[in-house]
Formats: sequence, C-alpha cells, structure tokens
Amino acid sequence: MAYPQEQEYYPFVGPYDPCPPITCKTYSTPPQLYIPFQPPNLPQFSPHEALMKGTLWPALFSPYESRWGKGR
Amino acid sequence: MWIYEKKLQYPVRVSKCDPHMAKLLLEQYGGADGELAAALRYLNQRYTIPEKVIGLLNDIGTEEFAHLEMIATMVYKLTKDATVEQLKAAGLDAHYVSHDRALFYENAGGVPWTAAYIQAKGDPIADLYEDIAAEEKARATYQWLIDMTDDVDLQDSLKFLREREIVHSLRFREAVEILKDNKDMKKVF
Repeated sequence: MAYPQEQEYYPFVGPYDPCPPITCKTYSTPPQLYIPFQPPNLPQFSPHEALMKGTLWPALFSPYESRWGKGR
Repeated sequence: MWIYEKKLQYPVRVSKCDPHMAKLLLEQYGGADGELAAALRYLNQRYTIPEKVIGLLNDIGTEEFAHLEMIATMVYKLTKDATVEQLKAAGLDAHYVSHDRALFYENAGGVPWTAAYIQAKGDPIADLYEDIAAEEKARATYQWLIDMTDDVDLQDSLKFLREREIVHSLRFREAVEILKDNKDMKKVF
C-alpha cells in the first residue's frame, strides 16, 4: 500500500499565542480508508505475527507511536 | 448462546503503577465510544439487518466483549493495589466513595453509561454508517490513550485494540458495499 498512514498540516501561528506553537499537526489515515472492499488472496502474516499485530493482513496493519515525551 | 474461553484475546501487561491511567481507560469501558457501547450496539442492531451481514454484526459484537474484558483487566490491575491516598491523587476519589475499587460503567469524567449513546435506526445503511463512525471514534480514543502513557507494555495492548478497530471499520465498510450490491464494481468498469 502506497498510501500514507499519517498526514500533516501547518496551522496558523499567531504572534500573541500564549504557548510555544506546535507548528506541524498530524492525523492518522489508516489503510481501511483506501480499501473499499478487500480483494482476495492478499499476502498474510505468519499466524504468530498476526496474533501479535491484531490482523492477518499486512495491507491492513497500521502502526501508531505514542506522542508522549515527543513534545507533540 | 456463547461459548466462553477463559483467557484474554490479547495479553494485558501493566508495568507502571499509574492509577490515573485507570481513570482515563474508563473512557473505553463505559464511554460513548467505548467497548460496552460497541458490543451492545452491534448485538442489538443485528436482528433488523439483511441476512448477509447479520453474522458480521454478531462476530464483531462478540469480539467487543473480549475487548471490554481487556480494558477491565487494565483498570483492575491499575487500581487493585492503590491506596486511598493514591486513588484521591489520581482523581478517583469520587469513584471511590460510590464504588470502592469496583469497576463501573462510566467514562473518564465519571459520567455513567447510557443507552442514549447508541442507536438502532432499523435502516441498514444508517446503522452501518453509525458502526463505521463508532469504530473510527474508538480508534481515535485508543490513539489518545496511547499518547497519555509511557508504559510500553500498556501501549502494546492498546495498539492491538486500535488495530482491531481498523479491521472492524473495513468490515463494516465492506458490509455497506454488499448491501449496495456493489461488490464487483471494479469488474464492471
């Protein structure tokens, strides 16, 4: 899947804002948004990996990293 | 009729003593976009939906109860050994005076669960669109919960639950395509 799992945008930063700006804002765009109907015979994870990841299908896997401690 | 398997769908390990995180996790326990609301919504809607997608609502509704158990386990582990002083510091003093350390179906703000959170419109498309929205809102809630903790073991279980929301969302989207009778749209073009 070539689709990005995260998008970003740069909101307006005012000169008198009270807090230091977070200039780049992000939001998730996980794979289900780009697959209207799952086609047959897609590649699969191994059973163990699938149980760990929460899906059998690499095309449906969506990583997410905590924002904690990253100043976001 | 259900058959119960006496284990969690995915392991829940909590490594950091953080009773305040238990309070935040209640959003997915008894919140508007939580697992209880999801399970009850799908298992109720399934009676009045075309046969082709009854099984989907049945399976996903059942899985939501498995997720509810995982959240309950997290909350229990984070509160069972907390002193009353720790509970107060975590903002759980109002919870304590009503429930001791018992779990209760309420959101992170202490608002009790209500059936007004869910709908069964009887219109299959309206109901499935609500279900898709519910999955996306639950996915977002998991993201913000993952953001609020630095416990990597807790994050791990929450990431699994977030992924399940994504799979469920796709399955509901596919159900809409089936009801539109549009499954082979690509082949027609």
